[in-house]
Amino acid sequence: METYLYTALFAPLVGSLFAALFADKPKNLVTGIATSTLLLVSWISSVVLLLHVAHGEEVHVKLMDWIHAGGLVIPFGFVVDQVTATMMFVVTTVSTVVHVYSIGYMDHDKSFNRFFAWLSAFVFSMMVLVMSDNFAGLFIGWEGVGLCSWALIGFWYHKESASWAANEAFIMNRIADLGMLIGIFLVYWNFGSLQYDVVFEQVADKEHGLLMMVTAFLFIGAMGKSAQFPLHTWLADAMEGPTPVSALIHAATMVTAGVYLVIRANPLYSAVPEVSLFVASLGAFVAMFAASMALVNRDLKRIIAYSTLSQLGYMFVAAGVGAYWVALFHLMTHAFFKALLFLGAGNVMHAMDDELDIFKMGGLAKKMQWTMVLMTIASVALAGIYPLAGFFSKDKILEAAFASDHYILWTVLWITAGLTAFYSFRLVMLVFFGEERYKIFGFHPHEAYRFMLWALAPLAVLAVIAGFFEHNFVHMIEHILPIEEHHISALTFWTLIVVTQAIALGGIGFAVYKYSKGGFSKKWEETFVYQLLFNQYYIPKIYDEYICKPYGELSKIFWKDLDLKVVDATVDFIATTIYKSGMVSRVVQSGNLSNMLRWMGVGLLILLLAAIFYSPVR
Amino acid sequence: MFEAMAFYFFSAVTIVMFWITVTSKNALYSMSALAAGMIMISGFFFLLDADFLGVVQIIVYTGAVMALYAFGMMFFDTTREVKENIRAPKLVFLLSGMTALLLVIAFVAPIVGDHIEALYPMVEGVENPQAVGIVLFTKYLVPFEVAAVMLLVAMIAGIILAGKKMDESLTLKIDDEFQEKGVQ
Amino acid sequence: MITLSHYLILSAILFGIGLVGVYRRKNLLLLLFSTEILLNAVNIGFAAISKFYGDLTGQMFAFFIVAVAASEVAVGLGLMIVWYKRRGTLDIDTMQSMHG
Repeated sequence: METYLYTALFAPLVGSLFAALFADKPKNLVTGIATSTLLLVSWISSVVLLLHVAHGEEVHVKLMDWIHAGGLVIPFGFVVDQVTATMMFVVTTVSTVVHVYSIGYMDHDKSFNRFFAWLSAFVFSMMVLVMSDNFAGLFIGWEGVGLCSWALIGFWYHKESASWAANEAFIMNRIADLGMLIGIFLVYWNFGSLQYDVVFEQVADKEHGLLMMVTAFLFIGAMGKSAQFPLHTWLADAMEGPTPVSALIHAATMVTAGVYLVIRANPLYSAVPEVSLFVASLGAFVAMFAASMALVNRDLKRIIAYSTLSQLGYMFVAAGVGAYWVALFHLMTHAFFKALLFLGAGNVMHAMDDELDIFKMGGLAKKMQWTMVLMTIASVALAGIYPLAGFFSKDKILEAAFASDHYILWTVLWITAGLTAFYSFRLVMLVFFGEERYKIFGFHPHEAYRFMLWALAPLAVLAVIAGFFEHNFVHMIEHILPIEEHHISALTFWTLIVVTQAIALGGIGFAVYKYSKGGFSKKWEETFVYQLLFNQYYIPKIYDEYICKPYGELSKIFWKDLDLKVVDATVDFIATTIYKSGMVSRVVQSGNLSNMLRWMGVGLLILLLAAIFYSPVR
Repeated sequence: MFEAMAFYFFSAVTIVMFWITVTSKNALYSMSALAAGMIMISGFFFLLDADFLGVVQIIVYTGAVMALYAFGMMFFDTTREVKENIRAPKLVFLLSGMTALLLVIAFVAPIVGDHIEALYPMVEGVENPQAVGIVLFTKYLVPFEVAAVMLLVAMIAGIILAGKKMDESLTLKIDDEFQEKGVQ
Repeated sequence: MITLSHYLILSAILFGIGLVGVYRRKNLLLLLFSTEILLNAVNIGFAAISKFYGDLTGQMFAFFIVAVAASEVAVGLGLMIVWYKRRGTLDIDTMQSMHG
């Protein structure tokens, strides 16, 4: 089993390094095929491992000692338990699909090879993140995915907006990572180890306040990576990257790392209900907050990005109310249908020459039949309609929220479910049906390559059927995560399902009805609510106005007053002093033998003095 | 008593001679004074029972070295007064005086190791040249031979350096010609 | 009674005179003379120590110094002659090619 573990872990790295060899060369199809093949290998290993651990076993290996300094012992250890195996399965599945898809998507890009190098490097980092058996390794993976995400968002670095977005994502994550790092320090300081098993064993002995601090700081890290409010702005801007990147990193894997962290640290979180409640509340807030922004946005990818944000909120609610396995389940199903949705959007973008405004599309169903089918499947799954994957996981979250007596959370999520259904189908309707507006703008859409569509097929299948594996999943995951029994009556249970389905269907119906008739009137766009939502609650503006600008001013003050007048002046003073002393002492080097002899005499005198004063006999 | 008188006499003469050497404007006077001082120094060696050293002093210094200088000076125009641009003479005296003073202080102070044991003690009843010979050809044989080789090398070097273009008259040439040669 | 100190002080004084010559004179020939004075001053010190400690080592050193002085004169004088042939002067103020 160790062999499979190492294969799963290092195959992407090998692929990345191989592709990196050709990074500055013109497009070479081999890099795409090689990395995809290696990822397939990694996927097979992951599946083998998944089947192996499904019955309660786990694989734990230690590659080598990594840090061994004083009392700090951190091995390069990897563990594959049920949670990790699930994550590995998700990551490798989505990334294999994305790799194959990218061969077609990046077909005309001149940095084809570089793209695959970074993409595989990302997968490797993500594998390190999920497979590490300690917080330090997790942090390394965490930073690794951050770095790769930066490079991939800014992949078209010649576009200023892309490099800006890349930097924004990176900096936002740095802010959050500081919190996470403090959390890790606290863990090491108080628990004496960073190994998960060692730390979690001691949870019961520790003070409540300490646990609160630890979990809070770790959650700050999770908030950054999973783009929760108030650090959410980077995710929407990250859509500047190539679409496969958005699908892999900003929908399916990296952004779920925060959820993974909470699930992984579940013994810590279940010990502090206050923080868990905060996690759940924030999740519910973000779910609705993001969904509301998705309602009015006109940008194809941003809508999906906000939807991702909203679904992450769902996961945090599940994790917050203690239903960790539900969070993980939703993470998995969400990864499938959201990646599918993104990649479908990629097809649309390709067809529309990178146009993103959905109001310039419409009626694309005729030209892009298969893309339409795939995206509709994904949207239905996202909306949570039976029998698609989204239904099972999302319904479980609502059920968990209701059963743990968090009725407000439930209500929020319930409304959000309606909003989700609405914006998903608004998207589908505007892009694929209705008036063929693209003709006005002179686009000539065409269907994507056949193999790209086939690459999406596995995701589509999984988006449809993944929900039916719920019982197998529960059976597997119960070895490691707590499975709580809900004490709700069958009547309530069915009522909840019906109510949820009703609002989701209602949302879909409303969207279909409204947009088949040409959508909302122009007046609506002038209302305050629309403007508020369209401008993302003015949050980017507020950040810019109240954080970036004052900070810029402050920096300017420090630069002009402190740096130039104190630091630079000091350095310059030292330099000029040395320079001047050199000019003065240069006279000594006159080349005149007589002068030199006199200087020698001075030296002799000094040495004699020293000899007399420091002689051993006095 | 005789020893003290001799010491003071020799001291006075040596100091005066050497002083003339370093201050005289005429190179010939300087050399003569130096030669005289050298001979006076050999007197100290005789006083100190270092007979052989005293003889060597007279032969090597006064005989060989001074003769060498005398011959060497034939190449230079020694009849002219030496023109020197002496800068900061006070500094010179200060430096030299301080150095000498410090040396004196160092010497007058109790000497390190009052109980030094002689490495090669003087043998009773043996004359100084004989004792020197014994030590020189036993303990210091290698340095002695090396010194001999060094002298040979120095001799060859001196001949080669000075011997080139011996046929050209140096004193009668005009300055310009020298400059021209220097440029080459 | 003449003691070791007398000889050492004399040696120091002669050394000082030699230094005056070295520092003061600008003529290479006279500089070489001053060097001889320095060496002789040291020789007196060695001979005196040799006598008062009853040890021949001091005289041995004096011998070698004499040998070194002889070689130095041979080479130094040779170099000086070469220099004089080139420049026609022995004033060290004229040799400043190492000016920094």
